[in-house]
Amino acid sequence: MRMPLFTLIAIVVAIVVFVLLRLPNVEYLFVAGYTIVQYIVLSTAWNILGGYCGYVNFGSAAFFALGAYSTVALATFGTQLDDLVPESVAPFFHLIFPLPLPVLIVIGGVVSGIVGFGTGYLTLRLRGAFFAIATLALSVVLQTLVVNWDFVGGSGGAYVVRPGEFPGLGSYMQYLFLLILGLAVLSLVLARWIERSRLGYGFAAIRDDELAAEASGVPTLRLKLIATTLSGALMGMAGAPFPYYIGYLAPVSAFGLEYAVNSIAMPLIGGTTNWAGPLIGTILLGTLQQVTTVTISSAVNVLLVGVLLIAFVIIAPNGIVGLVQERLQARRRK
Amino acid sequence: MTALLSVQNLGKRFGGFVALDDVNLEVKTGERLGLIGPNGSGKSTLVNCICGTLQNEQGSVHFDGQSMDGLAAHERTHRGLARSFQLPRPFVSLSLAENIRIPMLYTVHHRTGTPLHAESISARCSELLQLVGLEKKATHLPRDLTQVEMRKLELARAMAAEPKLLIADEAMAGLSHSEIEDILALLMRLNESGITVILIEHIMTAVMSFSQRLAVLVSGKKIADGKPEDVVRNPDVVRAYLGE
Repeated sequence: MRMPLFTLIAIVVAIVVFVLLRLPNVEYLFVAGYTIVQYIVLSTAWNILGGYCGYVNFGSAAFFALGAYSTVALATFGTQLDDLVPESVAPFFHLIFPLPLPVLIVIGGVVSGIVGFGTGYLTLRLRGAFFAIATLALSVVLQTLVVNWDFVGGSGGAYVVRPGEFPGLGSYMQYLFLLILGLAVLSLVLARWIERSRLGYGFAAIRDDELAAEASGVPTLRLKLIATTLSGALMGMAGAPFPYYIGYLAPVSAFGLEYAVNSIAMPLIGGTTNWAGPLIGTILLGTLQQVTTVTISSAVNVLLVGVLLIAFVIIAPNGIVGLVQERLQARRRK
Repeated sequence: MTALLSVQNLGKRFGGFVALDDVNLEVKTGERLGLIGPNGSGKSTLVNCICGTLQNEQGSVHFDGQSMDGLAAHERTHRGLARSFQLPRPFVSLSLAENIRIPMLYTVHHRTGTPLHAESISARCSELLQLVGLEKKATHLPRDLTQVEMRKLELARAMAAEPKLLIADEAMAGLSHSEIEDILALLMRLNESGITVILIEHIMTAVMSFSQRLAVLVSGKKIADGKPEDVVRNPDVVRAYLGE
């Protein structure tokens, strides 16, 4: 399938999902749906580095929180304009603040992308477990910084007031859902494009054997930097609208363990070598988590992830997509 | 004939261990050079220093009139140096055809500056697989291959980068007699098509029949360099292999 067609189909599917969710007129569907779609972005972003290049990132929460906190910082800046900027330029700032959410998403993406690039540059000479530990450390360092930064609420967290309505669409929640749906389409299209491109082949070569990749002429360091930047930027973009979704953002929730764990578990369950893997894994695990949150407790979620991960490592180490591909190949050989 | 590769006063240490000590080596365009030496004599280290996998501390490597010092491995590949690995290192999750695509996408593409057409890539892929006799397994994964096929894939992937110089690092170790003949014939064909070949090998019959010139490394030093029949009679070489 060609890229424009794939993009078109992705957009159409997203619109259909949105329209279907609107039908029952239950706001909660958007609240639950937002979390799932947000994880589609996160797991796809994780997969660009973790699945395509084979570099396991344990710091997804850091990039996600960076996006969220850039929004908090800019929103706080917007509400305290008169105290923070000189009177002479205040009217100009009043004109552009509060920044519209799409702009905040772009800013969150840029900030996380830059940090992704920097992290990549500092850590990509590390391999395997050492790289994973470094990304985990990044998460801890950033959380410490945020906890000590009073402007964005410090350890106490910050409130971001969500507007009640979005003109022309109804509730603001629906607008948020639409935005995150757009991001999911963007990340899936990007992932699929990478997969079929020269870049994707380079990533695969790095994943399989870096030494052999270099010997084949693949500029491994440059490609890994592209991957960390893209992956970080997408995670930041997913985080940017989050403060408006949650209303109150504390470091504990933004840097939560579940972001790091889920964005690894979802691609692993779905399959890491294909764009569809993270999507399938997220829909499966995300929906299951939403159901258990409502029926049992959100505390069961982490347990659920653990059990499923163990099950998949044993039954289908290459995820659902890998399992299906193996079956198809076996059938073709017969 | 001019020197395609020129290694001057090359030195490499690993901590206190001197792996290469003041090695000089010249390879002319179109030549077939055999490089031999006992285990641990520094052959693979020399290859790694020439190809940029390791950076040498002393001396310099010139290739095709350009200094290679400080260049990363992939940049050297772009300039026309290709190697096969002692232990085959295929891209395990990619099919054979895709394995061969990688150097084409990254080296040939880089050299010509224009993206290759999808048709010309697949045409070249099947051409290379045919050359090494693996065309029937183009869609298979490397795990389906036998040892000798793995070596052939390794050579085909090196060839896909369209190199001027190919360094075959023990491409025949552990193979049967007929398989060795197979690989030798392949290397001969590559050399006839104008590619300079350095063959690193333990199997003397193979080295003797292939090489126009023989260089011997012992304990990181080059102790002999010349016509194969002369080199194997060289007292120093005999002593290195058989002892006093």
